Amino acid sequence: MSTEAVEPASKIDLAAVGGGGGEIPQFDITLRVRRYNPEVSEEAEWEDFTLTMFGTDRVLDALHKVKWEHDGSLSFRRSCAHGICGSDAMRINGRNRLACKTLLKDLDTSKPITVEAIKGLPVEKDLIVDMEPFFQSYREIMPFLVSKGHEPSGERYQSPEDRERYDDTTKCILCAACTSSCPVFWTDGQYFGPAAIVNAHRFIFDSRDDAGDMRLEILNDKEGVWRCRTTFNCTEACPRGIQVTKAIAEVKQAVLARSM
Amino acid sequence: MATTTEFVPPRSGRIDKKYNRVPGKKGNFEMVAWLFMRISGLFLVVLIFGHLITNLLVGDGINGLDFGFVAGKWADPLWQFWDLAMLWLAMLHGTNGVRTIINDYADKDRTRFWLKMVLYFATVVIVVLGTLVIFTFDPCIPGSPLEVCN
Repeated sequence: MSTEAVEPASKIDLAAVGGGGGEIPQFDITLRVRRYNPEVSEEAEWEDFTLTMFGTDRVLDALHKVKWEHDGSLSFRRSCAHGICGSDAMRINGRNRLACKTLLKDLDTSKPITVEAIKGLPVEKDLIVDMEPFFQSYREIMPFLVSKGHEPSGERYQSPEDRERYDDTTKCILCAACTSSCPVFWTDGQYFGPAAIVNAHRFIFDSRDDAGDMRLEILNDKEGVWRCRTTFNCTEACPRGIQVTKAIAEVKQAVLARSM
Repeated sequence: MATTTEFVPPRSGRIDKKYNRVPGKKGNFEMVAWLFMRISGLFLVVLIFGHLITNLLVGDGINGLDFGFVAGKWADPLWQFWDLAMLWLAMLHGTNGVRTIINDYADKDRTRFWLKMVLYFATVVIVVLGTLVIFTFDPCIPGSPLEVCN
């Protein structure tokens, strides 16, 4: 079941390539990157790169081109480059996305494409942020199975219906696109953030898990689910199409039901 | 051989201090506040539209609205209760709304504290004053044209 948002229509006219493996169209872009190097200056600044890219290229390919052919000091994280590892979340044209899942042709290439680090976390260099506060919140909600009673001799069975209950939140890749798009998190970094709540949801609604109560207690904190203002930034930012705000609302209801 | 030590989350020692969460007070205050906003919101829709309809639409409508009209309403315990409920719910609903805005937008604890103190002070003054007026309202001010006063 995929709930992923449909990508906007291409803004570049890619000529229909007739029949046998034709040429891939090329175009020029300006990549405007937010550079920051604390060893040189405390101030971050924009730097423009003009690149000739292919119609099949992604923002990550443009960053590679800069790093490999123009300026080797450009720093960013990436690992699998296929939208699964969650390393290359960044703010592209003001929106949090994965650089490896954003095709250049889907962006407005008539204007410079801005690329900056995700907000709300301390920038270490260029596009690299310190993810530690993000993982700290993640650890606090105990993202692992806790079960009481006897260890089963085989697998822990679960009906397809019970599995379906938390299916959406199993998709999280911990890229921090949601948490760093949340205005409440930007203020002071105290809020647990959407990603931690999504991963708590994944276990709270798992029929095999017995620590739901503890997780609900943790998220009933003043920095927990009640700081969510349902602005839906997280849902829009999620590269995996998780209905994040809906998951947070379900956790709110579970906290409420537990207290009644 | 290695001895078993308490589990320490990796690298958590070098986390930027501003992200360390101060353990909050136990209790359900934020949850109750969240629930209150929903419930009071529902009541306020009924109360406010009831207020607007009786004051501005029914009878002479807005042209019939004067000191005597308000005095007449407050002679009735129903309207006293109605206005009291509206005052309290609207003030608490609004105060809690502004409280969350202060929490979201002020980034220093001191600023947060003082903004909230000003807010709470203003709320208490308005609620106390409003309650006092509703219950001690005397339509017979000197030179009152109202019949009941003569």
